[in-house]
Amino acid sequence: MPGAAPRPRISARLQSWRHLKDRLATVLMEVGGVGVIVAILLIFFYLLLVVAPLFSSPAVNAQGSYATPDAAAGRTLHLAMEEQNILGVRITDQAQAVFFRVADGEVVRSVPLTTAKAPLTAFAAGELGRNEFILGYADGSVTVARAAFATRYGAEQQKIIEPAIEFPLGEKPIVIAKGKAIEHVAVRGGDDATTLLAVTHEQDLHVVKMEKETSLLAEDEGEWQAKDTVVEAVGEVFSVLINTDQRAAYVALRSGEVINIDISRSGQAQVLNRAQVVKGEEQLTAIRFLAGGISLLVGTSNGNLSQWFPVRQETGPAQLTLIRSFDAAGGAIASIVPEQRRKGFFVADDRGQVAIYHSTANRQLLREPVSGSAIGLLAASPRANRFLAQDAQGKCHLWQVENEHPEISWSVLWGKVWYESYNEPQFTWQSSSASNDFEPKFSLVPLVFGTLKASFYAMLFAIPMAIFGAIYTAYFMSPRMRGLVKPAIEIMAALPTVILGFLAGLWLAPAIERNLLGTFLFLLILPPGTLLVAFAWQLVPATLRSHFSDGWQGALLVIPLLLIAWLAFSLGIPLEHQFFDGNAPHWLAQELGWKFDQRNSLVVGIAMGVAVIPTIFSISEDAIFSVPKHLTLGSLALGATPWQTMVRVVILTASPGIFSAVMIGLGRAVGETMIVLMATGNTPVMDPSIFQGLRTLSANIAVEMPESEVGSTHYRVLFLAALVLFVLTFMFNTLAEVIRQRLRVKYSSL
Amino acid sequence: MIRKWVKSGDPWIWLTASAVALSLIIVGGLLLLIAIRGMSHFWPSEVVQYTYTVPGQTAERAFGEIVDSELTSAEQLRALGFEIAAGAGDVERILLKTGNRDALGTDFRWQIQPYISELRYPSELLTIERREWGNFYGLPRSLRENGQTVAEGDAVWSELRQRLERAQDLYRQIRAIEKGEIGAINYQIEDLRLQQRKLELRQALTDAAKAQLDGERGELDAEFGKLQQRLQDLYKDIGRDVLVAEIMDGRQVEIPLAKIVRVYRANQLGVLGKTGVYLSRLREFIFDEPREANTEGGIFPAIFGTVMMVLIMSVLVTPFGVIAAVYLREYARQNLLTRIIRIAVNNLAGVPSIVYGVFGLGFFVYFLGGSIDQLFFPEALPAPTFGTPGILWSSLTLAILTVPMVIVATEEGLARIPRAIREGSLALGATKAETLWRTILPMATPAMMTGVILAIARAAGEVAPLMLVGVVKLAPSLPLDSNFPFLHLDRKFMHLGFHIYDVGFQSPNVEAARPLVYATAFLLVLVIVLLNLAAIYIRNHLREKYRALEH
Repeated sequence: MPGAAPRPRISARLQSWRHLKDRLATVLMEVGGVGVIVAILLIFFYLLLVVAPLFSSPAVNAQGSYATPDAAAGRTLHLAMEEQNILGVRITDQAQAVFFRVADGEVVRSVPLTTAKAPLTAFAAGELGRNEFILGYADGSVTVARAAFATRYGAEQQKIIEPAIEFPLGEKPIVIAKGKAIEHVAVRGGDDATTLLAVTHEQDLHVVKMEKETSLLAEDEGEWQAKDTVVEAVGEVFSVLINTDQRAAYVALRSGEVINIDISRSGQAQVLNRAQVVKGEEQLTAIRFLAGGISLLVGTSNGNLSQWFPVRQETGPAQLTLIRSFDAAGGAIASIVPEQRRKGFFVADDRGQVAIYHSTANRQLLREPVSGSAIGLLAASPRANRFLAQDAQGKCHLWQVENEHPEISWSVLWGKVWYESYNEPQFTWQSSSASNDFEPKFSLVPLVFGTLKASFYAMLFAIPMAIFGAIYTAYFMSPRMRGLVKPAIEIMAALPTVILGFLAGLWLAPAIERNLLGTFLFLLILPPGTLLVAFAWQLVPATLRSHFSDGWQGALLVIPLLLIAWLAFSLGIPLEHQFFDGNAPHWLAQELGWKFDQRNSLVVGIAMGVAVIPTIFSISEDAIFSVPKHLTLGSLALGATPWQTMVRVVILTASPGIFSAVMIGLGRAVGETMIVLMATGNTPVMDPSIFQGLRTLSANIAVEMPESEVGSTHYRVLFLAALVLFVLTFMFNTLAEVIRQRLRVKYSSL
Repeated sequence: MIRKWVKSGDPWIWLTASAVALSLIIVGGLLLLIAIRGMSHFWPSEVVQYTYTVPGQTAERAFGEIVDSELTSAEQLRALGFEIAAGAGDVERILLKTGNRDALGTDFRWQIQPYISELRYPSELLTIERREWGNFYGLPRSLRENGQTVAEGDAVWSELRQRLERAQDLYRQIRAIEKGEIGAINYQIEDLRLQQRKLELRQALTDAAKAQLDGERGELDAEFGKLQQRLQDLYKDIGRDVLVAEIMDGRQVEIPLAKIVRVYRANQLGVLGKTGVYLSRLREFIFDEPREANTEGGIFPAIFGTVMMVLIMSVLVTPFGVIAAVYLREYARQNLLTRIIRIAVNNLAGVPSIVYGVFGLGFFVYFLGGSIDQLFFPEALPAPTFGTPGILWSSLTLAILTVPMVIVATEEGLARIPRAIREGSLALGATKAETLWRTILPMATPAMMTGVILAIARAAGEVAPLMLVGVVKLAPSLPLDSNFPFLHLDRKFMHLGFHIYDVGFQSPNVEAARPLVYATAFLLVLVIVLLNLAAIYIRNHLREKYRALEH
């Protein structure tokens, strides 16, 4: 047949096309399937990727060395850099300010600092951010100067930085102690008040408060008015310092003692107390304020470093207290330079090493040999991404620093930390504040505590409800009712948590506050009430009882339970009047000292309990229901009552399943966000009381994530919180899943 | 007898039964509470008038709706400064919604029963729902047109209704111009700006191109001017009529008809009339936009945003979920690795949703979105296009959140299909792909549907991750509109669940907003319960089907 010949050819083409399609489908499925699975698993690695930089060590690298710029201008007293790391300034003992390019040391400008004739005898830098410093002279006068860097844009939009020297208190030297040589000085400037300290050769401390007299009407700047006090014979002074708010002065003596002087009232300076910050053979070699001007950093000849700040005492003035000691720097400490915007600092020693520390984290982040000879002076850029060290041979070394997240360490996240202005070490979460030199407090402990506390109260409510319910539904309930109850519980599982949270916060919380006693009364009389009803049912004539087959107890109980609830709540109010002055929350606070928040753990426990009951219920019901029938039938045949069979056979067999149900429920409670966000006050307190609020990891993320800056430490710590949640729930769930799978194998073998 | 009863274990069974009963009460109670509070809000309540006499002060007249009442102990009230006769037990306190926030300063007052006298329900009292300042309660006095009184006394009501219709018609026109036409012009002007910037960045901004852009801009500006003129005329027209009404303290207040949404005499309405108002308010709730910082008006943008987001999500989640499930069940070799993957996928369904939100924000918004902006939208920088939370990222995040549910459900469906069917198909010469496409997948469709429906129900109720990746309290425009390219995946959107959180917890006037929150919650619950019931129905149906297959 000639017509039939082409058919196999077409068929072959079709055949190969079909095979191609088959192959294509296989490839598509494999690529797609693996892709989707990898994409989901990516979450974990992405979180890890974001968190990782928190724990990476800082890196430094040398950018160049050059001879001291304009060495002829004298010995360096002070080094500083400006924001952009383009220009630096060197103050010399000949009262010259030498501005130079940071990159290569080329001198840009050299400016004399004073018109005074007397030789310079004392120098000190003020607040670093203001680039302020004070110079003291042999004739008893001082000048305050400021290195200013003005940025402007040139013709082709390039940045030009113009250095200048300003005199905030006027160019004319201020005479403090006429005719007496000044040996030590300090300055702390503000917009309309500046405090100066000067120690003369006679060891007298002069405290000078300069205040600007501005009248509202006058257009001019106003005159600086000085008020002077003298504290006599303070001792052999090493250095003097003033704190940020200009209320306390510290005089560090060569003997290693620091005198705390109250200078808050102008014209009256008063020695409050003394603290020995360096003991034994060691010499005090450096003392500086940390950024913020609260903590003192003390360095010694043995290379030891410690942090001190005043701590409030039960009686008397605040006492300088040792907060923490840091790992030693190596050689004797030559210079301590605080970072300007964080609580970190740079330390240089006489062996040519520079180390980077962070105070809150109590970490020595890095130690790097920078020069072969001792380092005399150190300057850090305002963004702490460069430092410039000048060694004994007059060479300047410029280094680049990459140190994004120094404030995180294991102890900061999980340990008690003594934060500035606190009375004792504490677990605290406080990630941001309005002020600039704020010490962020990143302890995850209060959040984990809050998470566990919320889950604990939720489970306290949910476990008995869910497991009892599951036992009854799986084993005693009539099939018809079971067909109704299971979907009802599934609907409960599907209720959005935002609805549960909203009801908990706006309806349940005020309702419980009004009926506090009634709530507890209800929980108390629920079991005996049920038993009473059950017993009463026993007494109902058998003819009436037979209308209801066994297995409908659950439905029968609905009306009595509502009655019990009504009884409890209507009894609650008169009882509250009788025993608690009509206001139980108030009474708790007054009589027992228990703080009562309207949105407290009780509310969260109930609301979150309702959210996890269906999860636990469904899984444990499944486990109990699928216990092989021959086991229960055997037990019943041997004469055990249904309840005995339940307790001794069914629950024992199904217990791994029930355990895994609880684990999964716990996983859900730990990660729940909206309920805790709406039903608690979200205050990160650590108090196990049921009447107080809490803040959980998840709610914390929801509250703070939108306003955290991308890539900042705060942002990464929030990612860490998410990672902790992820790992916690993943562990709970995996454990539960493995147990369930084992159980399934066991059942099928029975 | 008691001992025997205890020994039988019966009491324990009853105790376990009580847990079920309590759970059922909780579920039913919650649904009932939300339904009653949510749906009763739209029913017009009567407006009461009474005299409130605080001893030692002049008597005051009060108008308003009684919203709540409770019993308070006499001591507590005395502590608050009320004078209560000695020997009095509990005293009833009522919460009166006085409205007229602009004139009285507050919306609500707690007042106590013993001070109240001459309580009645005057038929002429008006309830006016306004576009600003909340409800108004008062007595109509006169109606003015351009300052001239046109109706007084009883004639006011019929005149008011006629003129209100005109005002509302004008209002609709104004809205259409402001939202639609002016919105479109602004969109085009912004588009021109971006085009110009794009050319600048490519250094291809020739004089000709610039002239053309300027020309187009000029046309748009002219059109804009015309619309502006029309708007001015409309505003003048709508401002013509003013109602003068007397409020509770006797002051006369002017209310421009332009500011009135709805007016009725609650005390004169019969059941039919009230039903009319009820339906009209319900319609407003579902189809209108919110007013007064979301505390009044409708929730249409939130409904729209939720549906939109869920739709995009299901378009993403269905194919990927099904492919992954088919791969795991039909293609992958069944070994330890697949078991581990299965457990991992299963567990991902239990990972807290906020973790997905964090991932979505970091990975989708900042990383992917930021890169897309750099590559494709450099002209808009530094204003982000995709590098900011939006509906696309929300849908993607929720897709990742729900894909495990679809995988698990589909896999279960695939596992239920008897081997014999597969083998039969292969034996007839079908390739694996054909077997899958023609036999297996159609049979597994109900299982997939169940998974997808459950995923949708979950996504519709999920709020925590959305707070990070795209939801806002008030979106200026919907993600779908008449401006090319119509679907704006980069826009932020409103969401029912977030609306509940925001209005219930972040709004300045929680008391006034509460009924609306309940209504929103009811709507959300309704949608989710229906979705779940559908899933349950499909699943049960499916079980029956396979039971039939096994024989």
